[in-house]
Amino acid sequence: MARPENLWYSKTHEWVRMEGEVATVGITDYAQEQLGDVVMVELPAVGKGVTAGQEMGTVESVKAVSEVFSPVSGTVVEVNGELEAHPELVNQDPFGAGWLVRVKVSEPPSGLMDAAAYEAFVQEEGGH
Amino acid sequence: MTSAPTKRTPLYEVHLAAGARMVPFAGWEMPVQYKGVIEEVRAVRTRVGVFDVSHMGELEVVGTRALDFVQYVTCNDASRLTPGRAQYSGLMTPRGTFVDDLLVHMFSPERYFLVVNAANKDKDYAYLCAQAPAFDNVEVYDRSADYAQLAIQGPFAEQVVQKLADQNVSELKYYRFVEAQVAGVPAILARTGYTGEDGFEVYVAPEAAAEVWHAMMDAGSEFEITPCGLGARDTLRFEACMPLYGNDIDDSTTPLEAGLDWIVKFEKGPFLGREALLHQRAVGIKRKLVGFEMVGKGIPRHGYAIFQGDREVGVVTSGTFSPTLGKPLGLGYVPVELAAEGSELFVNIRGQKVAARVVPTPFYRRAK
Repeated sequence: MARPENLWYSKTHEWVRMEGEVATVGITDYAQEQLGDVVMVELPAVGKGVTAGQEMGTVESVKAVSEVFSPVSGTVVEVNGELEAHPELVNQDPFGAGWLVRVKVSEPPSGLMDAAAYEAFVQEEGGH
Repeated sequence: MTSAPTKRTPLYEVHLAAGARMVPFAGWEMPVQYKGVIEEVRAVRTRVGVFDVSHMGELEVVGTRALDFVQYVTCNDASRLTPGRAQYSGLMTPRGTFVDDLLVHMFSPERYFLVVNAANKDKDYAYLCAQAPAFDNVEVYDRSADYAQLAIQGPFAEQVVQKLADQNVSELKYYRFVEAQVAGVPAILARTGYTGEDGFEVYVAPEAAAEVWHAMMDAGSEFEITPCGLGARDTLRFEACMPLYGNDIDDSTTPLEAGLDWIVKFEKGPFLGREALLHQRAVGIKRKLVGFEMVGKGIPRHGYAIFQGDREVGVVTSGTFSPTLGKPLGLGYVPVELAAEGSELFVNIRGQKVAARVVPTPFYRRAK
């Protein structure tokens, strides 16, 4: 699957879309594929602070639990409530309807990769 | 981590071509999933699925005292078998714990065919060989390299196998087996499985495995037969509460603790572990394997601690989100006084104590 060009990517396979001061965060197509069928998503509540590189929640498949690390620092302003009833959106549309949280960032994101760099990173990890 | 090279089943290339994701398991490179665990589980529950389980071990016990030997090392009563019947049993330590769980197939009073877990095969073989000298004229053979095993499971399994077999399989009852031609290939065809559905386990020569696999896929296409990986297999067996060695049972747990009393036949005479198990039965078990559902939100996983209030009382041995039941479920050992249906427990899910409740097992039972 094409990796959207307008996003930033972390080494722990989250993506970020910046719109002003608000970052939308999700997990990448590669991450959801590695995980398999997602059956439960645990996310921080609105108003909670998150720190870049720190765990902010979990995504669970039938087989395994995977931690989600926040790629940015700031305050959660919105969580994707659809995932409560439809966690499979993370598999079906990881870069769209399967987004996880929106964070009002407290500082500009840093240390993230662009699409080309992430592509190379996944290749190196033994991905596709 | 083991440094030994991983083995490949004769179907390795077939799996790659079918889009499987391969993972190391018990020294083998095995398909964990093709399209996805949930879809594969649904296929087996509602239609039919086929699994490569060639990693499983096959051991043969041969000789005039083969029955006596099998009786001595296992806890179920092999004397109840007749040729063409199989039984689920436990290979026992003298402490009454599991060396392994296994299927014992009787070909004749002088020939038994044991199917054991891949991860335990070498251990089991060595254990059996160590016990054999006490029985004159008993030989134990590791036949694992001589067999590939395909499991075809689900409500339409019989119709698919019937197209391929040279005999009437509708007459083959559960836990019976025959030597048959399947897709023109000599096979041991057993009506057994590890999914909680009707189905067959088919043992063939490794070089014939791909041919039989493709024949099953072709014959099953009208039922949308689905290749299934170890992920679906583990989920299916979990829903049916069939124990997994290394998770739910091991060499520290007894059949009585695991709720497998029905495979312990004290009246059959001496066997390894009998004294220990008699003692445990007399004094009563301290802990018991129970099934539970989550009252709070979260998925129990193998190794998570079970609490009653602030007291750690047990451990989750298997747990997942059950696709068929549509909710998270778990199996775990708890003190026997907390094992009753409705008993309220907590599971420590990554630092959070989440409420759980003991429920009847199996979680899933197919409609007859």
